Amino acid sequence: MSAPALRLTDVTVSYDRHPAVHHVSAEIPAAELTAVVGPNGAGKSTLLKAMLGLVPHREGRIECRARRVAYLPQQAEIDRSFPISVFDTVLLGRWSRFGGFAPAVKGDMHDAAHAIEAVGLAGFEQRPIDTLSVGQFQRVLFARVLIQDADLVLLDEPFAAVDSGTVADLMDVVKRWRTENRTVVAVLHDLDQVRREFPHALLMARQLIDSGHTERVLSARNLLRARAMAEAWDERAGACETETGEPAHRHAH
Amino acid sequence: MLYDIVIEPFVEFGFMRRALVACVAMAMSGAAIGVFLILRRMSLMGDALAHALLPGAALGFLLGGLSMPAMGLGGFIAGILTALAAGAIARFSELREDASFAAAYLTALALGVLIVSLRGSSVDLMHILFGAILAVDDLSLFLVATTTTVTLTGLAAIYRPLVVECFNPGFLAAMGVRGSVYHYLFLALAVLNLVAAFQALGTLMALGLMLLPAVAASFWSREVWSMVAIAAPMGLVSGFAGLLLSFHADLPSGPTIVLMASLFFLASLLCGTRHSLRLRLARPRHLQG
Repeated sequence: MSAPALRLTDVTVSYDRHPAVHHVSAEIPAAELTAVVGPNGAGKSTLLKAMLGLVPHREGRIECRARRVAYLPQQAEIDRSFPISVFDTVLLGRWSRFGGFAPAVKGDMHDAAHAIEAVGLAGFEQRPIDTLSVGQFQRVLFARVLIQDADLVLLDEPFAAVDSGTVADLMDVVKRWRTENRTVVAVLHDLDQVRREFPHALLMARQLIDSGHTERVLSARNLLRARAMAEAWDERAGACETETGEPAHRHAH
Repeated sequence: MLYDIVIEPFVEFGFMRRALVACVAMAMSGAAIGVFLILRRMSLMGDALAHALLPGAALGFLLGGLSMPAMGLGGFIAGILTALAAGAIARFSELREDASFAAAYLTALALGVLIVSLRGSSVDLMHILFGAILAVDDLSLFLVATTTTVTLTGLAAIYRPLVVECFNPGFLAAMGVRGSVYHYLFLALAVLNLVAAFQALGTLMALGLMLLPAVAASFWSREVWSMVAIAAPMGLVSGFAGLLLSFHADLPSGPTIVLMASLFFLASLLCGTRHSLRLRLARPRHLQG
């Protein structure tokens, strides 16, 4: 196997001193599909945001070899009533080319139209996004990721509240990314889908339960452990210490 | 006849001409500010910000009397400080931003009224609270026009990052852009416009000519730029008609202008092409497939 696309070494991310991601070390293989799985509140989205640099990780190290990273956020993080068209939303994917001030060139426009077609929304270009269904809007976000031409793609619950037809279409897009040697990391809840489509998985419950080949990671024993750890949330947890009794970090969390 | 009613007051009286020019300038930049206030879901915070100008304007009044530059500068500083303080309080405590804004502006409003009453008469207080567009002099006209120029060029310059910051701030952050920079630039422009409007319409209604046309425009348009393009002429007509009505019927000009803008709002609410009551009640036949 070639060098990993991402290497996490002992990464901890805390909100208000409570760790959402706790001492996670893992490798994300390059040009592969990796699923991030775990119960609600397990820190999956936080881990993705830490990979992007959207939330600071106080401790640990994240090494990323990707030149360009694309990110598909959860829909709740976007104002879906905003007056903007499908085309303009997709075109934003080329931000790294034109930034905040330069005009978009013909090639960008052409690629945006092409991406809209590729996710099955041809004819919707000028529709305002507040007239779209959840599934259609998810297709728009996929089109935006498509034209980012990223070698690392991070998807946060890409198939939440989306019907099976849309899931099948969008999964085809994801599989095409793999053939184009892009690395994909997706937060998912449908374990059957993960077993079927994602060769690698990362199971977490704030800390890493296991990572590697999906069949091994998603064993009954591991899943049970994940659920038990997610339920054991201590409001009054003391400062974190390692097994040797040494204080693990300078910043207690 | 029509000439006598519509044109003559402006030909005859210099104060009417100056008031009209002030209205034109305020409507043009106010529309754009108003649209972004709505899109950022800050309509009520904008109102709070307008009240927050008062202690600064009052201090300016205390030091310089009823002079526009002194009161305007004081108001601008007070507005910026309030916005920064409210943002900082919200970030460093668990208080939600709207609550911290409310706390900040109520404090500011009370402080302002207190300061004015230290020296001024109740006429001065009325002047500050409700404005006096018919008393706009050349200097304040210059300040209002400068504000419009700065606002329109400024908003044009930061248009794209500001729109994306409203729509999908996480995306902007993922692209490595600090969205808060554009947020604060926008807030500074908003305060600048409130200062310009406050001398004409007073601190209580400064937001009227910005927000009402913008809200009205949101019933007609589906893009940010066309919202601005529709809101600006609505503000213009409100200013023009409001001035005329207040002249002929001998009504206070500020509230008349704002009520004209309210008429646009009501008409748009009833007849607009997006989300209006007409569409809700008429239930037009659905389109084919």
